[in-house]
Amino acid sequence: MATSSNAVRVQNPELWQSVCTRQDLIADSGVVVWLDGAQVALFYLPGEQQGRTLHAVDNHDPQSGANVIGRGLVGSLKGELVIASPLYKQHFSLVDGSCMEDPGQRLRVWPVRFNGDEVEIGVA
Amino acid sequence: MNSIVTIAHRQKLVIVGNGMVGHHCVEQLIERGALAHFEVQVFGEERQRAYDRVHLSEYFSGSDAETLALGDAQLYGMHGVRLHLGEAVLEIDREHREVVTSLARYPYDQLILATGSYPFVPPIPGSEAEARLVYRTLDDLDAIRAAAASARRGVVVGGGLLGLEAANALKSLGLEAHVVEFAPRLMPVQLDADGGAALRAQIEALGVGVHLSRATQAIVAGEDYRYRMNFDGGEFLEADLIVFSAGIRPQDALGRSSGLDIAPRGGVVIDEHCRTSDARIFAIGECASWNGSIFGLVAPGYSMARNVASALAGEAAATFGGADMSTKLKLLGVDVGSIGDAHAATPGAKSYRFIDEANASYRRLVVDASGKRVIGAVLVGDNSYYDTLLQYVQNGIALPADPSTLILPVSDGAPSLGADALPETATICSCHNVTKGSICSAIDAGCSDLPMLKSQTKACTGCGGCAALLKQVFEHELVARGVAVDKSLCEHFAYTRQELYALVRVEGIITFEEMLAKHGRGHVGCDICKPAVGSILASCWNQPIMDPSLVPLQDTNDTFMANMQKNGTYSVVPRIPGGEITPDKLIAIGAVAKKYDLYTKITGGQRIDLFGAQLHELPDIWSELIEAGFETGHAYGKSTRTVKSCVGSTWCRYGVQDSVQMALTIEDRYKGLRSPHKLKFAVSGCTRECAEAQSKDVGVIATEKGWNLYISGNGGMRPRHAELFATDLDDETLIRYIDRFLMFYIRTADKLQRTSVWRESLEGGLDYLKQVIIEDSLGLAAELEAQMQLVVDRYECEWANALKDPEKLKRFRTFVNDKRADPDIHFVKERGQRRPIAAAELNLIPVTEEVV
Ligand SMILES: Cc1cc2nc3c(=O)[nH]c(=O)nc-3n(C[C@H](O)[C@H](O)[C@H](O)COP(=O)(O)OP(=O)(O)OC[C@H]3O[C@@H](n4cnc5c(N)ncnc54)[C@H](O)[C@@H]3O)c2cc1C
Ligand code: HEM
Ligand code: SF4
Ligand code: SF4
Repeated sequence: MATSSNAVRVQNPELWQSVCTRQDLIADSGVVVWLDGAQVALFYLPGEQQGRTLHAVDNHDPQSGANVIGRGLVGSLKGELVIASPLYKQHFSLVDGSCMEDPGQRLRVWPVRFNGDEVEIGVA
Repeated sequence: MNSIVTIAHRQKLVIVGNGMVGHHCVEQLIERGALAHFEVQVFGEERQRAYDRVHLSEYFSGSDAETLALGDAQLYGMHGVRLHLGEAVLEIDREHREVVTSLARYPYDQLILATGSYPFVPPIPGSEAEARLVYRTLDDLDAIRAAAASARRGVVVGGGLLGLEAANALKSLGLEAHVVEFAPRLMPVQLDADGGAALRAQIEALGVGVHLSRATQAIVAGEDYRYRMNFDGGEFLEADLIVFSAGIRPQDALGRSSGLDIAPRGGVVIDEHCRTSDARIFAIGECASWNGSIFGLVAPGYSMARNVASALAGEAAATFGGADMSTKLKLLGVDVGSIGDAHAATPGAKSYRFIDEANASYRRLVVDASGKRVIGAVLVGDNSYYDTLLQYVQNGIALPADPSTLILPVSDGAPSLGADALPETATICSCHNVTKGSICSAIDAGCSDLPMLKSQTKACTGCGGCAALLKQVFEHELVARGVAVDKSLCEHFAYTRQELYALVRVEGIITFEEMLAKHGRGHVGCDICKPAVGSILASCWNQPIMDPSLVPLQDTNDTFMANMQKNGTYSVVPRIPGGEITPDKLIAIGAVAKKYDLYTKITGGQRIDLFGAQLHELPDIWSELIEAGFETGHAYGKSTRTVKSCVGSTWCRYGVQDSVQMALTIEDRYKGLRSPHKLKFAVSGCTRECAEAQSKDVGVIATEKGWNLYISGNGGMRPRHAELFATDLDDETLIRYIDRFLMFYIRTADKLQRTSVWRESLEGGLDYLKQVIIEDSLGLAAELEAQMQLVVDRYECEWANALKDPEKLKRFRTFVNDKRADPDIHFVKERGQRRPIAAAELNLIPVTEEVV
C-alpha cells in the first residue's frame, strides 16, 4: 500500500487542541467533534491492551459523500482495528485510515491523546 | 495454456449459433487446446452473447442480461475467437465451403451447427402482435414485458414445462395468468394423469387459471380484454396478451436449404460422432436429431459439444448415445420432477403410487419387470425425493425390500441415500457430466471450498439442480477426510448463528463481552458478529437496546433507533398498529413533520415515514411523538415491522372476521421482537385477501370458522408465496402457533435469513415444521411459548426508555463539542417537500466520489 502523507502520524505536533472530555466519549463506539471546519470522529476503546485506546479519523465517508463515519461499527479484521462505514459497510483502518476493500479510498487520521480528562487532537 | 503455436496452417472452423451449446463448444475447444489447429469464427443471430437460457425467467425476477451471460466477456477475444453477433448465417454453400451472411461470405474447413430451436406457434387465424408472443430469448421477454405494461390478464397456450414457467412470469409481472392446454393434463410429456391432476390442483390454488382439452380455433377482438380466444365447442377466454409455448421445433433451416439429411420429425440428422450427412459439418444441441430424437435439454447438448470439441482437438472422442431426460423444477413454487421412464412404457414395468389429495401431492415409482431396479419416477408437490430416486435409476442401485418406502412420506423428511451410499461413478451434475469420483479427486487435489470446487469441476454451473446434492457430497467427503467443515460466523467466532443461540440460552449469557471471552477470539469483534450476537441477546432476553453494553453491538440504525438514509440523515417511523390511526394522531404526526420540515411518505407497511432528521433532532422529535401517544415502529431493526390489515368485517361487506382487531392483537404481542431478519405480518378479513397476507412471514386470513395461518411468505427481491400452515384456528390457537413458529425460527435460522429461505432450507420441509409446531413432535412447544412470553412481558418502547436517561441521550449529538448542525447536509424543494440534494446539483462534491 502506498503511504500517502496523511497516513504518517505526526509524532510531535506543535499544537494539541482540546476538543472534548473523556465523559463525552462512548466506550467501544464513536462520537464526532467539530475542529475548525473539519469533522473528526473519535473512537474510544478502553479495553484495548496492545494498541491505543483512542483514535481520531475523518467523519467524511468518501464513498457516500456523507458525514457518517463516527456512527459506524468498530471491529477488528485480521488483527487490525477497523471502522465499518454505516452506509455501504466498507472498512477503514483506525490506525492509518486505509480502506480494506478499495485502495482508492482513505480517511484522514489525526494524532489524539488524553491530557488528564481532556481529549486533545494534534493539529500541526 | 496453449496460446502461441504455429498458426500458419490453422484450419477454418465456423460455428453457427452462439447459444448455450455453441458457447459450451467454444469453451471446450479452448480448454482442449483445439485452437492450435483451428481459427474459429462464431456467428450468432441474437444481439447478446451466449446467455443462460435455462434461467431465462430470472430476467423477470432481478437478473439482467449481463448476469445471465455465460462465461467471461473477454474469453473469446483472449483466445482469438471471432464473434459476430447479430449476424445470422443465411445460407451454407457446401460446394465452395462457405457460409453466407448479409455482410459477407466466410470460408470454412469444418462447420458446426448449433442453431438450437425456435418456438412453434400453431397457425391460428388472428394470432398476431401481442396475441403472438413467445418465450425463448431475451428479446422475447422484453416484448412480453412491454406488452404486460398495459395488460391485466395474460394467457399462455401450452401447459408443458415452459408454458408453466411462462405463466409464472406473467404472474410475476402482475398479470392474472391462465394456461390453456390442448391435452387433458398439464405437462403431458413428463407426467401421468394423476400427476397432472395433482399439479393442476396446486397451480389453481395459486390463482392461475387452468383450461385443459381446449383447442384454440381463432383469436378475435375481445369485449372486456383486448383479445378473445375462441375454443372449439363454443367456449372462449379473453386476454390482453397471449404467449405461445406449444413446443419447440429444431432450427434446421440451414440444413434443409443446403440439402443435409433431415429427420422425419425435424432436426439435422447426426451419427454418434455428431456428424451430419456431410462429413465436414457437425450439428449439436437442439438442432440435431440423433436416432430420430431431438433433446430439448441442455445436458445432452453439452455432451454433444464436448464430444465434437474433443474430436476436433484430436482426442479419442466419446460417442453420443442418447441422453437422460429427467427433469426437476419448481413451477410457480410447486415442485415437479420426472425421471426416466415416467410413463411406465417399458414392457413389464410396475408402479407404486402415493396420492395425497389433501396436499395435492403425488408420487409414482416405476420399477422394472424383475422388481429389482427403479426405471422411472414422477413427483408432484415435493422434490426432496428426486436426488435419491435419480441415483437409484442412474446407478442401478438395488431396491430396498419394500420399494414403496422410497416414495412414502417419512416423519423426518424424504429418505436420502446419503452421500456415502453413492458409487464413485454416480453422476452428480448431469449438465457437465461430473461424477462423484471426479469431485473426490478435486478434493484430494486440494480443493477446499465449494465455490472453488464448482469452478474446477464445473459441477452445478449448468442448471443448478444438483446444488444440494453437491454440497452434501462435498461436506461428506471433507468429513471423511478428517477436514472440519468451516461454518464459522466470522474470524471471531467458530460457530454458526444457531450454535451461538444455543450457547446464549444454555449458559444464560447476557453480554457480548462474556460471549467473546468464553467462546470467541480477540476482544473486539467485528461488524458481522457484533450485530448477530446483539440480535440473539435481544431475541432471548429483550433488554433495552440502548443499555451501555449493547450499544456498541448495534448497527447504526439500531444504535440511533432510526433508519439512516443516503445523506446521513435519519427517517423516523412511529408504530401505527394495523395501520389504524385516529385523526388526532394523524394531525400530531403532521405537526411534527411540519415543525422539523421532514419529508413525509406513506410506507408499504401502512405507516408513515418521516425523512431528513439529523441526529440531534431525533430526541426532540420522539418526545413530541411519544407525547402524542406513539411508540417506536422498529423500522430500523431486524425485528417485527408491521402487521398490515384490511378493514375487515366491521366495515367491509365481504368480511367474515374482525381483521383489524386481530392485527392489533398480533402487532401488540410481537412488537419489538428481535429476530434473525425483519418480520412482516398481515391479516385479511376474508379470502379476497386485500392485506396480501400470503406475501408475509406470517399471514392470517379469516374464514367463516376462524383463521387460516400462512407462513414464510416474502415480497421483495425474491418473492415467495406463503404456505398454508393450519386452517380454521380460533384466536388463542392462532397466537400459540405463531408464538411457536417465530421462536422456532429465531432458534434455528441462520443470521440474516428470512423465514422464507429458512423454511426452504429446513430438512423435512413443511411437514416437518407442522409436526414440530402443531403436533409438538420435539416436545418443545411449551418452552417456545414460555420464551416468547418472556420477550412479550419485557417489552418497553425503546425511545421512551432512552428519553428518560440523560446518559443515553448524550449519543444524540451531531458534534459533542458544538451545537451546530452538519453544515454539509443540503436539501432542495421538490413537489412541495424537501429532499437531499443530488451530487450533480452540488458542485462542491466531486461527482465521481458521490456516485456509487
Ligand atoms: C425458459 C426456458 C427454460 C428452460 N429450462 C431448462 C431446464 O430447466 N433444463 C434444461 O436442461 N433445459 C432447459 N431449457 C432448454 C435449454 O435452454 C436448451 O436446451 C438449450 O438452450 C439448447 O442450447 P442450444 O445451443 O442448442 O440452443 P439455443 O440456446 O437456442 O442457441 C441457439 C442459438 O443459435 C442462434 N441461431 C439460430 N439460427 C442461426 C443462424 N442461422 N445464424 C446465426 N445464429 C443462429 C439462435 O439465435 C440462438 O441464439 C429451457 C429453455 C427455456 C427457453
Ligand atoms: C437499507 C435497506 C432498507 C431500508 C432502510 C428499508 C426500510 C423500509 C421501511 C422503513 C419500510 C416501511 C415499512 C414500515 O412501515 O415499517 C419498508 C417496507 C418494505 N421494504 Fe424495505 N428497507 C430496506 C431494504 C429492503 C429490501 C432490500 C427489500 C427487498 C428485498 C425491502 C422490501 C420491502 C417491502 C416489500 C416493504 C413493504 C412492506 C409491506 O408492504 O408490508 N426493503 N422498508
Ligand atoms: S380481505 Fe375481505 S374483508 Fe378484507 S377488505 Fe378485502 S374483501 Fe373486505
Ligand atoms: S426498493 Fe431499493 S431504492 Fe427502493 S427503498 Fe428499497 S432498497 Fe431503496
